[in-house]
Amino acid sequence: MAEVSSGGGGGGHKKGGKVRSKKQSTKIDMTPMVDLAFLLLTFFMLATTFNKPKTMELVMPEKPNPNDPAPPKVNEKNVMTILLAKNNKVVWYIGSTDPQPTITSFSATGIRKVILEKSREIGKKFVILIKPSDVSTYKNVVDILDEMSITNARSFAIVDMAPADIDLLKAQSLY
Amino acid sequence: MAKVKPHRTSPSLDMTPMVDLAFLLVTFFMLTTKFNPEEPVAVDMPKSTAEIRLPDTNILTILIAKDGKVFYNMDNKLKRAQLIREIGSRYSITFTPEQVERFSVLPSFGLPVANLPEYLDAEPEARKELPQPGIPVDSLNNQLKDWLVYSRMVNPGLRIAIKGDGAANYPVIKKIIGTLQDNNISRFNLITNLESAQ
Repeated sequence: MAEVSSGGGGGGHKKGGKVRSKKQSTKIDMTPMVDLAFLLLTFFMLATTFNKPKTMELVMPEKPNPNDPAPPKVNEKNVMTILLAKNNKVVWYIGSTDPQPTITSFSATGIRKVILEKSREIGKKFVILIKPSDVSTYKNVVDILDEMSITNARSFAIVDMAPADIDLLKAQSLY
Repeated sequence: MAKVKPHRTSPSLDMTPMVDLAFLLVTFFMLTTKFNPEEPVAVDMPKSTAEIRLPDTNILTILIAKDGKVFYNMDNKLKRAQLIREIGSRYSITFTPEQVERFSVLPSFGLPVANLPEYLDAEPEARKELPQPGIPVDSLNNQLKDWLVYSRMVNPGLRIAIKGDGAANYPVIKKIIGTLQDNNISRFNLITNLESAQ
């Protein structure tokens, strides 16, 4: 449409002829309209976000009821404790008496490998306790929950840190 | 040998189909775009491989900023109007109909209830200048608990979503999760960005 609409085809007085009605060209210049259309198109395309936020569902244990039966005892050999320390470090150990802590990271070769190994070793009775310290961040918590879903860990819980765990982290200067 | 004359075509071409398509797309994007509501703080959500989509309606969002400030948001205009009246009667503050109207379209906010009337009276542009100290979540003055209790009262089908900044410290999260648990909310959602599995 890059043409200027010239004022119509048939105008003008012919000598001695009839006065014809001026015929307007049916073509109009659409360029400005197209400009606007594409401007709007670009704007809306850039402003639209197609990926909606995703969520992970977290189920915390309900408040304990005094009338509830005592929870079943678990063999401490089947319990893995994961401490979330500062600077995105993870400390883990098995059992609770005389823990042998190991420092690792949130990478695929770090804590994920450990969880997968241990869960293969221990099997169905495997229980993971996640203890985020006060110096860890929300990102760490989300990361470790993500690892739980990646490794298909069945039973895990977020629990508060015990003073012994804090001492343990302090000994590694990670608190 | 005769010269080959280049075939001259008219430089004007019919743009109508293209324009049709352009307008079709414009209409599509105009109708599908949902503008993100303006948040009082920028929240950099952590990434996860979770792929559950957040439902569109009946969502209560607890926003946690980097510095640990807590913000509150709930959808549904009608329910919000109801909520602010309930909160008003809880804290013996009477909100004018105009304030109720303004509250029902408010984006996330992080203010103690006592500061709400003043905040609502301010013009939307002036509100950005007002400081938002966050909703108190201390054990002595846990206003988030009241917001939760009354929100669930006006809308029992509410889902709770936590939208936290990755750099927020864990104690704040612990306090909020503790508040949720105290109110028998043991199932909630953590909003994250999508990360492709390594």
